[in-house]
Amino acid sequence: MNAAYEKLLGGRSGLIGLLILGVLLLVIFPLGLDIFRLNLVGKYLSYAFVAVGLVLCWGYGGILSLGQGVFFGVGGYCMAMFLKLEASDPISTKIQSTPGIPDFMDWNQITSLPAMWQPFHSFSFTVLAVLAVPTLLALVIGMAMFKRRVGDVYFSIVTQAIAAILSILIIGQQGLTGGVNGITDLKTLMGWDIRTDSAKVILYFVNAGLLFACILFGRYILTSKLGRLLMAMRDKEERVRFSGYDVANFKVFVFCVAAMFSAIGGAMFTLQVGFMSPSFVGIVPSIEMVIYAAVGGRMSLLGAVYGTLLVNFGKTYFSETFPELWLFLMGGLFIAVVMYFPNGLAGVVEKQGKKLMAKFSRKKVVPAEPVKPKVATKAEPADIHLDGANLEASK
Amino acid sequence: MSNAPIGFESTDHPVLAIEDLTVSFDGFKAVDKLNLYVQRNEVRVVIGPNGAGKTTVLDLICGKTQATSGSIRFNNHELTKMSEHAIVRVGVGRKFQTPSIYENLSVFENLEMSFPRGRKVFGALTFKRTADVVARVESVAAEIFLDQHLYTQADLLSHGQKQWLEIGMLLMQEPELLMLDEPVAGMSVSEREKTAQLLGRISQGRSVVVIEHDMDFVKSIAHKVTVLHQGKILAEGSMDKVQSDPKVIDVYLGH
Amino acid sequence: MVSLSEFFAIFAMQGFNGLSVFCVLLLMALGLAIIFGQMGVINMAHGEFLTIGAYITYLLSHLTTTYAPSLQPFYFFGAVVLSFMVAYGFGYLTELLLISRLYKRPLDTLLATWGLSLAMQQTFRSIFGAKEVSATLPDWLLGSFKPTENIDIPINGLFMMALTVLLTGTIFILLFRSRWGLQVRATMQNRVMSGAVGINTRKVDRTTFALGCGVAGVAGAAFTTIGSTGPTSGSLYIVDTFLVVVFGGAQSLIGTIASAFSIAQTQSTAEFFLTGSMAKVLTLSAVILILMLRPQGLFSVRVRK
Repeated sequence: MNAAYEKLLGGRSGLIGLLILGVLLLVIFPLGLDIFRLNLVGKYLSYAFVAVGLVLCWGYGGILSLGQGVFFGVGGYCMAMFLKLEASDPISTKIQSTPGIPDFMDWNQITSLPAMWQPFHSFSFTVLAVLAVPTLLALVIGMAMFKRRVGDVYFSIVTQAIAAILSILIIGQQGLTGGVNGITDLKTLMGWDIRTDSAKVILYFVNAGLLFACILFGRYILTSKLGRLLMAMRDKEERVRFSGYDVANFKVFVFCVAAMFSAIGGAMFTLQVGFMSPSFVGIVPSIEMVIYAAVGGRMSLLGAVYGTLLVNFGKTYFSETFPELWLFLMGGLFIAVVMYFPNGLAGVVEKQGKKLMAKFSRKKVVPAEPVKPKVATKAEPADIHLDGANLEASK
Repeated sequence: MSNAPIGFESTDHPVLAIEDLTVSFDGFKAVDKLNLYVQRNEVRVVIGPNGAGKTTVLDLICGKTQATSGSIRFNNHELTKMSEHAIVRVGVGRKFQTPSIYENLSVFENLEMSFPRGRKVFGALTFKRTADVVARVESVAAEIFLDQHLYTQADLLSHGQKQWLEIGMLLMQEPELLMLDEPVAGMSVSEREKTAQLLGRISQGRSVVVIEHDMDFVKSIAHKVTVLHQGKILAEGSMDKVQSDPKVIDVYLGH
Repeated sequence: MVSLSEFFAIFAMQGFNGLSVFCVLLLMALGLAIIFGQMGVINMAHGEFLTIGAYITYLLSHLTTTYAPSLQPFYFFGAVVLSFMVAYGFGYLTELLLISRLYKRPLDTLLATWGLSLAMQQTFRSIFGAKEVSATLPDWLLGSFKPTENIDIPINGLFMMALTVLLTGTIFILLFRSRWGLQVRATMQNRVMSGAVGINTRKVDRTTFALGCGVAGVAGAAFTTIGSTGPTSGSLYIVDTFLVVVFGGAQSLIGTIASAFSIAQTQSTAEFFLTGSMAKVLTLSAVILILMLRPQGLFSVRVRK
């Protein structure tokens, strides 16, 4: 029992990291921010799900998916469909030509609810869809790509193309998806008004709680043999294959986990912000989510959260005061992180932390039992010089 | 040991049967209608000048390269139709020319990675480092002279130690057929002696195919020697027989 | 519903309609194939080099119309040359300052060049404004050529085709017949050996990258004949361009041409029967599906491992 907790919480340093983040998200922000800003942080934290997923599949798995917006969007749209149906009951929509269906369908002269929407009357189906649909999608894409041993770069380009395809599809099918405006005017979740202040606070805590659950699950994965395998695969994929592992399956697994995390984030986004649109699905938002993970530290689950918060705070601040500057800054951020801080903030913190530790003790302890696998909260020391790129399979 | 084939039976059911194996790269035949048979518990050394196709044969057996035609039968499995990891799981282990180990993991973790349990996704996720795993890792580490270095990170080992580590990783897999590509390359004389002893121990009860260039080393471990040249077998037999074969002398010394 | 001859006429006409689009796509793909296929570098800012060329063309059009109207019919030739040179120059700088530092890290190069593209887009916005601008086409490029009753070929399409063929031919000659081309191919195949025989591999990288960007600049000039130019015009083509290169087998220039042709044609033909966006979706999906079946691209040469 103790060992399991130790593994999950990552020993002392891991536990401290979790506690610090916990206090920040669960105590400091709720107490110190007004509702509007808290809701904003909640929105950012919903993006953090994607970043955490990317730490798993990109930082550790070497899989650079430039299309995570797809999964974020699918999760978000599933939740949006449920909420929209609830808001489109026959009484509220009695002024429409066809009451009982979402307003944008009415504007597009649609007279009955499309088959695809029907199951989303049920909340349990919706939750299932949020979890299962993106995961299945990732499964299909992953199997098709990894079993065929598509190279890393090709994979990234294909994920980009898929993001483009989905966003074009969504925008094009106005009657089905609300088109470029998305699905808006969401009101209640099973009778509970999600637009009130108290609802926003509750949803914030639910969001934070789910985020921590995902982080803990991520830790569980990374500290298991599977986590070591991911690192071994990134280093020497061939050797892993020749040790009897079907490498593709592991890549698919971690890609699916990242997809599922992103979908949960998307659903929480919809609940907190009250709409979902294709502007979160395409190429630009997908790559932006990658920078969140890169800034925070692609090898650090906790770092991903900090990175997301930092970049988004910066974006809000700069787009208000220096809008022209913001894109420059973001572009510069991409370049700077890639060239000078490959392990992001977490890497910097780890390095400074090590320097401090080295000052205090020179003793090297030889453990009496197998060394507990290092937890993936901060960058592994040996990984500081790794730059996340899969050198061999890059052709 | 170079003359008396101790402990291996010459039967009609070789453990590895390569027949008519051909692989061609855009017309160039790296391996040309090769026929090779390895018996159970035999140590077969493959020698030949560079470019003869030796590594390619190992690549074909372990699945790294696809054959153009021909068959490789190991026990009851047709290896040419199987993927690399499946071939490993039926009991074939391959050591590469340049040490192929996980540099960022410790010796312990390297060996543990090759433990034949938890090879599927769910198994890897729930794999527990139980006492039997630890015991096996420790015993293999002792065999490969690395028991004092269990927690050293692999990239800090010497070249020779890395070679041993890779052999150890293969041992963990409990293979029936071991394939070693130049196991003593880059080793000092004393390391070579130790490796010869190691190979002697681990080949008990296993079939081994070794590619090597060091003739003294070959002599000390081989039951039988196969000489490859231009993708075909030039000569086969005991080391003495092969060394005195005029065709072999010609290929190695004169052109 | 549609007879075979009608279908053929539609195919041909859509084909010619899409001629300019095909040319832009092909030029972009050629530029990228040089960079990606020969160097293994992903340039996510490739679209922005197109935009450089487009803006230069617009500038020249604007300048000649305002200050030297007599030169107006000829500005286009100057625009093509200047677009190439400016894009080449920026490409050279980019390789020097950014790409060369990320050698052997393709995924990181991808991210860094994406950052570059954001910065470039903002630069365009700051200099030229967010609104789209248009170059005034010289008179001789307007109108169309009618070989038969049914088929209508736009003249600018023909001009673009000629330009593209010329440029493609030049690139082929450069890569396969010149000394420089030999150095490029040698460096790509074996960098260490090339360095050992005295080839300045760094310089080769630089000029290769710059050449790819220069070609994108010319694509930008061509682009002004089919649409208006804005800061984000380049991003319209980037995904398609990558897919064309990957689909064609990144290391085969002939594959790139065939790939650009098939993709542009598929899209044009599909546009006749479906809406614009669905046609795009169909084309992209088809490409991805085929890539999944043949990950090395449709026209790649079998290389010995």
